[in-house]
Amino acid sequence: MSATQILFWFLSALAIVSALSVVISKNPVYSVLSLIITFFAVSGHYILLNAQFIGIVNLIVYAGAIMVLFLFVIMLMNLNQDNEPQKNKWLKMAGVVSGGCLMLVFVAAFKTSEVNGKIAQTIDGNIGLTETLGKALFNEYVVPFEISSILFLSAMVGAVVIGKKGD
Amino acid sequence: MHSSLLVVDWFFLLEKLIMIIAIVSVSLVIAMYETYFERKIAAYLQDRRGPNRAGPFGLLQPLADGLKLFMKEEIIPNTPNKFLFILGPCLAMLTAMMTSAVIPWGGTIDVFGRPVSLQIADINIGILFIFGVVSMGVYGIMIGGWASNNKFSLLAALRGASQVISYELPMGLSLIALLFITGSLKMSAIVGGQLDQLYNITYQPLGFLIFFICALAECNRTPFDLPEAENELNFGYHQEYSSMKLGFYLFAEYINMFISSVVMATLFFGGYDIPFVNDAALGQSIGANWLAVLEAISLIGKVAIFIFTFMWIRWTIPRFRYDQLMNLGWKGLIPLSLINMLITAAVVLWLKK
Amino acid sequence: MQSLTSRAKQVDRSPMTVVERLYLWNIFKGMWITLKHFFRKKPTIHYPEEKRPFSPVFRGLHILNRDEEGRERCTACGLCAVACPAEAITMEAAERVSGEENKYREEKYAARYEINMLRCIFCGLCEEACPKDAIYLSETFAPANYQRKGFIYGKDDLLIPHPKENPEEYQKAVGSRAKAPANA
Repeated sequence: MSATQILFWFLSALAIVSALSVVISKNPVYSVLSLIITFFAVSGHYILLNAQFIGIVNLIVYAGAIMVLFLFVIMLMNLNQDNEPQKNKWLKMAGVVSGGCLMLVFVAAFKTSEVNGKIAQTIDGNIGLTETLGKALFNEYVVPFEISSILFLSAMVGAVVIGKKGD
Repeated sequence: MHSSLLVVDWFFLLEKLIMIIAIVSVSLVIAMYETYFERKIAAYLQDRRGPNRAGPFGLLQPLADGLKLFMKEEIIPNTPNKFLFILGPCLAMLTAMMTSAVIPWGGTIDVFGRPVSLQIADINIGILFIFGVVSMGVYGIMIGGWASNNKFSLLAALRGASQVISYELPMGLSLIALLFITGSLKMSAIVGGQLDQLYNITYQPLGFLIFFICALAECNRTPFDLPEAENELNFGYHQEYSSMKLGFYLFAEYINMFISSVVMATLFFGGYDIPFVNDAALGQSIGANWLAVLEAISLIGKVAIFIFTFMWIRWTIPRFRYDQLMNLGWKGLIPLSLINMLITAAVVLWLKK
Repeated sequence: MQSLTSRAKQVDRSPMTVVERLYLWNIFKGMWITLKHFFRKKPTIHYPEEKRPFSPVFRGLHILNRDEEGRERCTACGLCAVACPAEAITMEAAERVSGEENKYREEKYAARYEINMLRCIFCGLCEEACPKDAIYLSETFAPANYQRKGFIYGKDDLLIPHPKENPEEYQKAVGSRAKAPANA
């Protein structure tokens, strides 16, 4: 087994275990921290695929900024086990059913998609490098890219409008 | 970087291991003596003399301080998260040390016929790596502050988090303007472009100013030291910490300061380039190894100037109020760095036609 | 409103100019000021190595004086205790017996003489009250102590060294600014 494979299995196991602990752990702060570990594992996978840019941007944006805000909110809300409202039994059942349905959809989607035949290019693929990515984004996909940026802008404007309402 | 993953090259591993140990110990020693110089400079700026009892000129003072921190009683407050309480300072220290991996400390030296570059990892995304690690640094503050089970610490943690996030944006934007000019994210390429040329500061004075202000904010240095504001929050996020765990937090701050000085020197002031000297010609006359030594000294010299400036600012400027901090970040620096970025982009495009 | 002193300055509340609002210029001005202080001469005196000279009128720890033959001058008259505004001085008198003439100058002497240095305000009124020039205030101050009782100075602490048996110590205790012995 080569070092890359060892790393792959290690990162996969880490990602799955930490993703599970996001759902399972009682304390929301621990959930957030596990989610950060999941992001790290996923970034590790990106880097194994030689997609360094995506890997590090994943860390900067998700683990570095968004999860900090999550943690921020959770720390401020001071969620404890005691004051968590007892959920209805039927609500739990509904949750299980809908979750199962989602999983069914995922499984079906992955089954039909043709990933079996393709092996991901590790180490020397250059799809994820900054230069390739930039060229792809600003040549072939420039319109969707700009549209998505307008989407973000509108979200920002919306947030400002909501924030200004109080005054 | 990746060749080690496939075939274990023992020489490569050994070389990198030695480099890592050397750089980590150098950063630690420099951080130690930063505490000494902080006190000395503070004293001199206030017409005092500073520590001068331990050893000649008080040079052993950092050792005495370290010994004191080690000997102090370890107190863990009554908190439900002992693990997180200990994780906090560890994270702060870890993230502070990790940034040094991508910084080129000198040119290539020649060890028994093997070219060894004085950089731990010359990765494609060097500057982004630094960014990513710095953005992780806030977890040390947040987790420590929250796990302390203390309202002051929590407030400080929140302040620290929002401050770091706010100032990462202008920092990144000012960097983008720089990257327009260098055209590469690689640290070695950024330095290589400045070797024996005009430094990037001549093209990006405003970008440097913004970067410098943001670096102050990211290191939690005065005038942006709101997370540890003594008079409002009783030392903020490390209030409940004692002994070496407190030492880790303090040390992490000084290492951060050192690393951010190195980053600024590398990005804007030519890194290890020796100013006013043609490095390549010098290298031919005295050999590559001596050149690398001189280059490393030149980098450390530039860093020392930055560290002095950091301390000088700390002991001159009073702390911002929190709303002033946020105003400066969001309403001052971000538009400014955006304008800087647009102008740079326009000029670069215009010159290239 | 009429100002109380000539140094009063009207607070300037006009809106900030562009330069002031940039804030950077003022920061540079401040940094320049601190930089000037960096190179300024430091007024600190390295205490144990260097000592600051006392002023000629400094009033420090008390000393019980002896005459030139080494006899104690104090007669335990109690005038110093009466003069003391802080009531720091207590004493007990005793009568000289024959054979002690070389120890005490007068027939009556102080068997116990205590000054509480925590109460003492070092005003020097005891020195002025003394008819025999037996007490004066020296050029040193009371060293730190861990206990309160360490600050109650008895006769052994206050008495000046013997001028014949221990002339060096005597000279040191007399100090540089002592006037010539009054009864000379």
